[in-house]
Amino acid sequence: MTTNSIQVTAAPDHSLPGEPVETRTVGQISVQQPVLSARAVNIFYGAKQAIKDINLDIGLHSVTALIGPSGCGKSTFLRSMNRMNDTIPGARMTGRITLDGEDIYSGDQDVVQLRARVGMVFQQPNPFPKSIYENVAYGPRIHGLAVTRADLDVIVQSSLQKAGLWSEVKDRLSHPGTGLSGGQQQRLCIARAMAVDPEVILMDEPCSALDPVATARIEDLIDELRDKYTIVIVTHNMQQAARVSQRTAYFHMGELIEVGATNQIFTNPGHRLTEDYITGRFG
Amino acid sequence: MNSISDTSAVRARRVAKRLRRRHWAERRFRLYGLTAVLLSVGFMVFLFANIIGKGYRAFEQTYIRVDINYAEELIDPNGTRLAQDLADGNYQGVIKASMRAQFPDVVERSEQRKLYGLLSESAERALKDHVVGNPGLIGHSDSVWLLADDHIDLLVKGEISTEAAEEDRRVDDQEIKWMAALTAGHRVERHFNWSFFTEGDSREPEQAGILGAVKGSLFALLITIGLSFPIGVAAALYLEEFARRDHFTDVIEVNINNLAAVPSIVFGILGLSVFIQFFGLPRSSPLVGGLVLTLMTLPTIIISSRAALKAVPPSIRQAAFGIGASRVQMVLHHVLPLALPGMLTGAIIGMARALGETAPLLMIGMVSFVADVPTNLSSAATALPVQVYLWSSSAEQAFVERTSAAIMVLLAFLLTMNLLAVILRNRFERRW
Amino acid sequence: MLTSTLLLILIGCSVAMYFVGRSRSIALVGGRSGISKLNSLPGHYGLWVAAWCLLPALAIVLAWNALGHRLIVSAVVSQASSVTAPMSPGQRSLLLSDIQNVEDGTVPLALASPSVKAAAFELRRLEQLSHSAVAVLALCVMLLAGGLTWHRLSPTVRARHAVEKVFRVGLAACSTLAIFITIGIVASVLFEALRFFHLVPVTDFLFGTQWSPQMAIRADQVGSSGAFGAVPLFLGTLVISVVAMGVSIPIGLFAAIYLAEYANRRVRAIAKPLLELLAGIPTVVYGFFAALTVGPLLVNFGRVIGVAVAPESGLAAGLVMGVMIIPFVSSLADDMITAVPKALRDGSLALGATRSETIRKVVLRAALPGIAGGVLLAVSRAIGETMIVVMAAGLTGTMTANPFRSVTTVTVQIVQLLVGDSEFDSPKTLAAFALGLVLFAATLALNFIALVIVRKYREQYQ
Repeated sequence: MTTNSIQVTAAPDHSLPGEPVETRTVGQISVQQPVLSARAVNIFYGAKQAIKDINLDIGLHSVTALIGPSGCGKSTFLRSMNRMNDTIPGARMTGRITLDGEDIYSGDQDVVQLRARVGMVFQQPNPFPKSIYENVAYGPRIHGLAVTRADLDVIVQSSLQKAGLWSEVKDRLSHPGTGLSGGQQQRLCIARAMAVDPEVILMDEPCSALDPVATARIEDLIDELRDKYTIVIVTHNMQQAARVSQRTAYFHMGELIEVGATNQIFTNPGHRLTEDYITGRFG
Repeated sequence: MNSISDTSAVRARRVAKRLRRRHWAERRFRLYGLTAVLLSVGFMVFLFANIIGKGYRAFEQTYIRVDINYAEELIDPNGTRLAQDLADGNYQGVIKASMRAQFPDVVERSEQRKLYGLLSESAERALKDHVVGNPGLIGHSDSVWLLADDHIDLLVKGEISTEAAEEDRRVDDQEIKWMAALTAGHRVERHFNWSFFTEGDSREPEQAGILGAVKGSLFALLITIGLSFPIGVAAALYLEEFARRDHFTDVIEVNINNLAAVPSIVFGILGLSVFIQFFGLPRSSPLVGGLVLTLMTLPTIIISSRAALKAVPPSIRQAAFGIGASRVQMVLHHVLPLALPGMLTGAIIGMARALGETAPLLMIGMVSFVADVPTNLSSAATALPVQVYLWSSSAEQAFVERTSAAIMVLLAFLLTMNLLAVILRNRFERRW
Repeated sequence: MLTSTLLLILIGCSVAMYFVGRSRSIALVGGRSGISKLNSLPGHYGLWVAAWCLLPALAIVLAWNALGHRLIVSAVVSQASSVTAPMSPGQRSLLLSDIQNVEDGTVPLALASPSVKAAAFELRRLEQLSHSAVAVLALCVMLLAGGLTWHRLSPTVRARHAVEKVFRVGLAACSTLAIFITIGIVASVLFEALRFFHLVPVTDFLFGTQWSPQMAIRADQVGSSGAFGAVPLFLGTLVISVVAMGVSIPIGLFAAIYLAEYANRRVRAIAKPLLELLAGIPTVVYGFFAALTVGPLLVNFGRVIGVAVAPESGLAAGLVMGVMIIPFVSSLADDMITAVPKALRDGSLALGATRSETIRKVVLRAALPGIAGGVLLAVSRAIGETMIVVMAAGLTGTMTANPFRSVTTVTVQIVQLLVGDSEFDSPKTLAAFALGLVLFAATLALNFIALVIVRKYREQYQ
């Protein structure tokens, strides 16, 4: 089990990240500095196949948007990147997903450790029924990231600051997190994810339950976080994908149809299905 | 190429350092859960094994074959052969004579009395019935299986240790010797204990049966189901389908929920002062027992009936209203039939609980010794669980196995009822 | 005439009237083809007539059955007692039981005093008279009401409306029964308890530390036939409840957690019904088990480790009671745990928490109010539980918190004091009602708080 030396190393494997692989996906699936890379990923729920043969790299310190009609498998693929699908009974996965070159589904990968490195924000804000402070401190506490209370205070404060929530809640850190507004709750969940200092943050339609103002704030936040974090965001709001992401992947019926630079996907899609979706012919 | 920040590396080291401990904690926690489940199940297995181990022998009774000489001068001195004269015969004398004939060397009075004591006091009655049924036996001999006394029964079943000092056991050396002789002569056998199911209570363990208690329970439950099911369903229908949500229905609802959690003994006190003291109903009767159990099970039945009504989707109601049915018609023709299986399931479970209930019945006096099998709703009676309680507080060792056997019968009834409820639920349960 | 015969006649007549009413409604509109001219269906008219026929008469019969006997008895007793000198309530009830014993033949007529004998005859005469009077009255009312309704029957009568109204009122009456049960409970314990508090001051009862209802310690005072300090009982109840909760809360909670969060479907399918089975075992069975198996086991075990354990120790009763409550705790906890939304679990797992960390720090934390409510309900069960303690706990009130010693409980004493004799005036019997009041009040308070908490909790996640 690798515990440190986190760098992009070439795994001794025939499907190296960055190496061309056979795929029906239109566009360039590999990137310069891949953090996560998926190769030949299939996911099944019982007998039903939700994801079919996905190959995709996620680039360092960038925002990758996964778009597509509902039920296309984009959320399933997202959840496979920090093994949240493990919690669903009957879910099965084949293929490889590597994080910094290590197979996250290999036997010696500790799922707890993995999730500390790949955080996640959900569709519905889900603050714990605890105080705002305890919500953010939860991750550092369970992972033992703070030695002293002062350390913890620093982590909580910086996480809330990064999430742009500090000024709004600094006087009521002991109030329950569930008492915040929807947008604040979602930023609290983002702060909570950042408190563990992950390398990647997965966001599963983080704004779908929020009003436009709160959505705009979260989108600004995502843009700021790009400097330090690698972000993968699932959305079915195409404007949002266009606004916040640098790379966009279009999913359809469990397959990855097309991937490429966001402006290219939205202005000049290479696949007819992508074009139909972008232009609103279905979705 | 160190593309990841240093803080991440530090973080990764810290996370890794604690991993082992956290996974241990995980395993330990899981183990606690498993232990808890196993403890509960293990306890139940222990309980059942314990009861069955104590009680299974009660389903057999020891009988002793005695060669009876039906002496006319003892049975029918006047030679009339009329049934009422035969019934007055001195059968005890017949048995005693036969026992003396079996062991001719026992001459001392006290020894002889001990010898007669090998047999149950009910042997006399059994012999009488035998002779009244076959008057032709008089003047002849024949061998008859007669019920042994309870302490001999225990000896034969091996529940009295012959190793213990003589004064510490209920069977003395003399009796053991006699029984050994009888056994050697193939005169001791164990037969199925029919009388356990066909007799009422008795002070003598070997004669005691559960029929009286079973009938008492049956009578009480008849009243309970007859009252609590219709009333409970009616109340549930009102609260779910008719009543407006206001303070009054809130009060009723809180009341019902609270009553469901009131200790059963409190219902016993209620029964004592309302049914017996105020209305003057007969004490110790299944009638009062049934009424008390009705009050006790009513809240449970109302709650489960309401749940069954809630499970019927509103679309059914709208459909009925849509074709012009009145509310009563909608409820009676559409909602009630669909909810009925669920209600019945709840009622059976409620009845099972009522059948096992003891404390309130103690309060209303269903706890006295009743030898006669009750014939109607107001005759004095006990109930099956109360019989268990009565026997368990008896000092006689032979009652221990009978208590356990009665528990087995009680549990068999309860299991059957619960099984019935499960079958009903599986058969009629509908998913909307 | 026997009440049951009378009832059968009434029911038979109204069934007949149903058909009469039905066919008359059809006849009024000129046969089946004219049914559409009726306001309601013919069956409604039948029910309408039948209801009017049955209900008033039924009300008379039931009312007389409920109260008539008492009225007659009190009339006879006051008549009989007016002959002699003024009587105390005790003498009065003695006279009453004398009269009744003679009347129902428990005591042979020859042994009774002349005045009692006369009263018994009077009682029997009045009873018979009232029976026939009620029968005649009920039948008359039935005929009158039935006839009038039959006469009023016309196609414009809104029979369905009327019948449905009766139906609705009947249902409402059934649902108010719950309130009457509560009132009945309160009344039956409160009045006798108040009588008890006349004899023994409330403070002595609630704070006295000596409980010996059988012994007379101050023979010179009225009503002081014993000591009625209930603290030892409260303490004993507490000891046993604490032991029981000590067993059932951890085991029940962990079993619920394991079954809800860890066990696969097969294990759940086996273990859950088994736990429910544990809940279905009658308490008398647990009591037998506690008294005959667990008690002696603990005594022997205590001997081995050098601790004196009483054969009727609070520990034995508490342990077995704890086992009885396990399924109760686990099923409530299971409800509460499964009510916690999956989103919270996912949130915690996605941060890299292990399952147990998620359960301990998030799920249980979220389910805490609900579980607390469930635990309160379980406590209320423990203090109200009767058979286990009656069979396995002690009879004498000891001021001790030591579970190895024999303690007694409130419920045990209620049973002790009320089973057997029925002299309703001795402080000994009345004390049972005072204990019943305490028990009812305590469990009611616990249940009320618990139900409010649980309801609030359920609403939170709906």
